[in-house]
Amino acid sequence: MSGRFAELRVDRVRRAFGSHVALNDMDLTIKGGEFVALLGPSGCGKSTALNCLAGLLPLTGGRISLDGRRIDHLPPEKRGFGMVFQNYALFPHMSVRRNVGFGLTMRKVGKAELNRRVDEALRMVRLTEHAHKFPAQLSGGQQQRVAIARAIVLEPPLVLMDEPLSNLDAALRLEMRTEIRRLHQSLGLTTVYVTHDQEEALALADRLVVLRDGEVQQVGSPEEVYAHPANRYVAGFMGYRTMLPVTVTSWAGEHATAAVDGLTLTGVNRDRLTGGPAVAAIRPEDFAVTEQDGENTIRAEVEIVEYHGREQAVQARLPGGEPLHLRTTSRLAPGDAVRLRVPVERVLIFGADS
Amino acid sequence: MTTVALRHRLAERGVDRVLLLLVPGAVFVALLFLYPFLYGLQLSFQPKDGGGPLANYRRFFTDAYLRDTIWITLRLGLPAALFNVLASIPIAYRMRGRFRGKRLITTLLVVPITLGTVLTAEGLIEYLSPVGWFNKVVMALGLVDEPVRLVHNYWGVLLSLVITGFPFAFLLTLSYLSGIDPTLERAAATLGASRGQRFRYITMPLLAPGLAVTFCLSFVLAFSVFPSAVMVGEPQGETHVISIAAYDTAFRDFDYSMGSAVAMIMALVMLVVIALVLLWRTTLYRGATGGKG
Repeated sequence: MSGRFAELRVDRVRRAFGSHVALNDMDLTIKGGEFVALLGPSGCGKSTALNCLAGLLPLTGGRISLDGRRIDHLPPEKRGFGMVFQNYALFPHMSVRRNVGFGLTMRKVGKAELNRRVDEALRMVRLTEHAHKFPAQLSGGQQQRVAIARAIVLEPPLVLMDEPLSNLDAALRLEMRTEIRRLHQSLGLTTVYVTHDQEEALALADRLVVLRDGEVQQVGSPEEVYAHPANRYVAGFMGYRTMLPVTVTSWAGEHATAAVDGLTLTGVNRDRLTGGPAVAAIRPEDFAVTEQDGENTIRAEVEIVEYHGREQAVQARLPGGEPLHLRTTSRLAPGDAVRLRVPVERVLIFGADS
Repeated sequence: MTTVALRHRLAERGVDRVLLLLVPGAVFVALLFLYPFLYGLQLSFQPKDGGGPLANYRRFFTDAYLRDTIWITLRLGLPAALFNVLASIPIAYRMRGRFRGKRLITTLLVVPITLGTVLTAEGLIEYLSPVGWFNKVVMALGLVDEPVRLVHNYWGVLLSLVITGFPFAFLLTLSYLSGIDPTLERAAATLGASRGQRFRYITMPLLAPGLAVTFCLSFVLAFSVFPSAVMVGEPQGETHVISIAAYDTAFRDFDYSMGSAVAMIMALVMLVVIALVLLWRTTLYRGATGGKG
């Protein structure tokens, strides 16, 4: 079982550990060649979903099928999906070459072809000179590349990656991120990638699946999820750092106006609210420091200023004490009184309990 | 050079006051192991009846009754150690990880250590003697016509060594296995390795160095068998093991010098076996096994 496929269907897949439901009725269709990221904080069920796909965890319910053929009853060794583990899981007693060739050896591939394919995979991850070394002699980034080579040398229909970059330092993480995307594209892989880092997911994936407490919150392209988060939870995860508790006072069409601390904010009425408590979600970069009062302008007092080079990351407070987070190129200092304007389209108003 | 700089240089090589913590251990080893050993060694070269420093050793290897103890003891110790190590692998393999009732099962498996040889021997005699339950059952079932002899011979001692030695081998093997990262086998599975292949190519090579050590320790325990060789064996015949020979010469014949010589030969045989096993171990991968253990 290798090569391309048209469609992998995940159908109401459910996994429970005792009474705890780690993954609840997940539906997802992955097309051949797609890069799908499962995104969420730890404990959201993303790793559980990946292990269910790999066959390392039996399902409690539901089915997984590949081009209409049911595969959820197959053990991992019969599914033939490549997997890259968070701690790489390289075999410490085998050289890089034998690690990469392990899957081919298990498949009883002939020696000449095995060597050719291992060489090819090592060249692809730029480790040819390190072929004879043992995993303990490699740096973290090199180990990571061995793990990737070991998974892709089998030309698996699906490559599963479980937070592969989380053990690397920041600079290397960026480099490997590009590397993973490059391999995905040049080899025409289908990749399912688990991460808790929204930036990583946005940068890599064609499609994001945001999970929370085992439930799928939103499935969509990076643009969709970034600009139109489905609920306040996804919004919070996608960088809408300011979450003001407000009360909806009027609503018309797409928009609603809400009051907080005697101020009013107009924004996009995402949950079709008609009054009641709500949350206004705003991204730090959507605030603009302004000199005069006007529409959607609020007053706040600067509390904490972080230096980020060209920009400053600022935490300010409304008169009532609610915190705001903004990024600005204006030079502010703690204690400054500022007026902040935010475009109507950039304020998302969600129901308080959505 | 100032003393401060010297202290720094020594500390970089691991020489500092923490080394003092080793003193009690070193004193303990010197008093309770090194001194008796050296005392016995020189005593063994002073035969009671004269005849040169090597007379005791010459006597040991010319007297078939004494010489055969090496073979008799190896014939008990090697299979017992081998069986204990091999039997502990599948059980420890199954007992990895967490599951309900693990504590209870581990306790049950380890209890024989606490029983001691005498209790085990009594149990064996009660259970396996010609009039014991085991023989009553197999005879009632018509499987044999006369009682199977399983105590007061080779088999009695071997069984006793297995019963008392297994928990020890099991605990060691379990700790070595727990030190192997379970993700490695999962990775092998996603690469197409079946259960058997995962065990053969991943777990076994990583476990083997630990098994070598387990075997050595199990063997040393079994090779110095004494009480069970007397109680469930045939101490003047089939299970005339080397420690009985040493005891008899020293405390029955009051020939301490000869007794010391036998003890030295016993130590030498053990060392040879351990050296061979550890030599084999050097051919294995001995680095990290990725686990938390």
